[in-house]
Amino acid sequence: MALSADEVRHVARLARLALTDAEVEALAPQLSQILAYAEQVGEVAAQDVEPTTHPFALRDVSRPDEPQPSLPREDVLAAAPHAEQDRFGVPRIVSEEG
Amino acid sequence: MSATTMSGEPISATTAAEHGVDLLQGDTGEWELVVGLEVHVELQTRTKMWCGCSTDFGADPNTNVCPVCTGQPGALPVVNEQAVRDATLLGLALNGEIAPICRFHRKNYFYPDLAKNYQISQYDVPLVNDGWLDVEVPTGDGQSVSRRVRIERLHMEEDTGKSLHVGDTGRLHGADRSLIDYNRCGIPLLEIVSRPDIHDADTAQAYLRELQSIVRATGVSDARMEEGSIRCDANVSVRRPGDELGTRTEIKNLNSIRSLGRAIAYEAQRQIGVIEDGGTIVMETRHWDEGRGVTETLRVKESVTDYRYFPDPDLVEITSPAEKVEAIRTLLPELPAASRARLGEAGVTPEQAAAIIATGLLPWFDDAVAAGADGAAAANWLVGDIAGQLSAEGLRIEAAGLTGAHVAELIALIEDGTLSTKLAKQVVAGVIDARGAKGPAQVAEDQGLRQVSDEGELRTIVEQVVAANADTVEAIRGGNDKAIGALVGQVMKETRGQADPRKTNELLREVIG
Repeated sequence: MALSADEVRHVARLARLALTDAEVEALAPQLSQILAYAEQVGEVAAQDVEPTTHPFALRDVSRPDEPQPSLPREDVLAAAPHAEQDRFGVPRIVSEEG
Repeated sequence: MSATTMSGEPISATTAAEHGVDLLQGDTGEWELVVGLEVHVELQTRTKMWCGCSTDFGADPNTNVCPVCTGQPGALPVVNEQAVRDATLLGLALNGEIAPICRFHRKNYFYPDLAKNYQISQYDVPLVNDGWLDVEVPTGDGQSVSRRVRIERLHMEEDTGKSLHVGDTGRLHGADRSLIDYNRCGIPLLEIVSRPDIHDADTAQAYLRELQSIVRATGVSDARMEEGSIRCDANVSVRRPGDELGTRTEIKNLNSIRSLGRAIAYEAQRQIGVIEDGGTIVMETRHWDEGRGVTETLRVKESVTDYRYFPDPDLVEITSPAEKVEAIRTLLPELPAASRARLGEAGVTPEQAAAIIATGLLPWFDDAVAAGADGAAAANWLVGDIAGQLSAEGLRIEAAGLTGAHVAELIALIEDGTLSTKLAKQVVAGVIDARGAKGPAQVAEDQGLRQVSDEGELRTIVEQVVAANADTVEAIRGGNDKAIGALVGQVMKETRGQADPRKTNELLREVIG
């Protein structure tokens, strides 16, 4: 499956990447190659094989509902590019998601 | 727009006719309203969904956070088993099927209230499928009609952080920066998606109210809309009867059951107007403006594929074998429909029963009856004067210290003639003032509130009033029976409102002759 330039731009927008036209042109065949590689799985996938979502044969890993210590706030906010009023400061939000 | 659910099946909606709901009248003919609701419920677990951070409401900003809920590289989420148990319990209460195996997906989007840049949610295989809810919709004449709303799915996910927009009035647009508190980020959240089986605003409101009551009955959340522990979005579309589903809009910012009803009614008329004027409905998210009573475009909806859902490699599948599901089923409490039936048998009217359940007063009712109160009387006091006084004070019953035993004691004091209804209301105020430290009998004694029904004492006062109001007495003797009310008032005044009204009336008639 070959990706069009518009599809590359769309994927780039979702990832918040700004691409030049030259980059789009270069990436389209590369991304198409990756897709083609993944599509090989389809050639061997059979109806009687359950899709795998995880490499480990593990299920039901859980924990009891018991509080554990959180991090000290100064350590948490030390990782923030900008902190204000004990909160993470981020640039103005332009559109709402979720 | 793809007419499939997240699990890939075609969307199936009921019709207004099946539910006996009237169509909407437009300028060019009749329209059928089709509504589906997405309800989010925040669970009341002690810890978050994927980490051991406390879920304490109102903690200082960013004090309940750790590497997992702030999305630090390498941090690994681990499922909270209590959250899965709670979700299963609610799923069973909603008559759902528990999936033997379910898994978690990442829903990818950039928004700073989720530090990971994705929300862990469920996609193709949610925990619960195919539930339903029977809702009682009031018909306005004191009666109600029962309508079934099917539930497509209930899935587990996580809540987001809270943003504070600064630099202007606090609204999103025009804010110059946003400040994020991640305390709420990662708190277990359930999303309950109804089928588009709702065809009028009343049924939508009844559904949300019933769901809220069920959530509270199961104890998995306090389901308070004003605090955001239950939230509702509405998917609204219109179509000609018999047509395919129309394009839907999603309405957000519905902060009360009343807003839900108003927003649906507004949006239905807006869509009909657009189509009748030759326009088309755009699939978008719209914001309900409560003050102006309108919906406005918030953003054009991203398609599901844009979220690039994929199974979260950090989490493993959750299994729900039959024996585990059945063990949880035994924990199901009495559900609101059964409570309503039981209250009805105790002599409580359907409206009062609904109010008792919806406002979470059932434990108080049960305690009052257990302490000897008559059911009808207990219901009257709880949803009547007590609820009124609490609301006026802005207090919850637990904060006011009022117990079911207090209600029973109050009713007993009325029944034995110690208190009139009027005095009993003052006693309720006294108990609330004392935050329950004093019971009704104590309050009545301390404040000297006691109905004067001692015949000798009352007769003396009645005779004085009759002697002092010769004109009125003449009028009564002359056939103006209503004038007796003025004399009752005089007796009440003399006794500071403590005379037994029934006895006062009897004695007045006797003395006047």
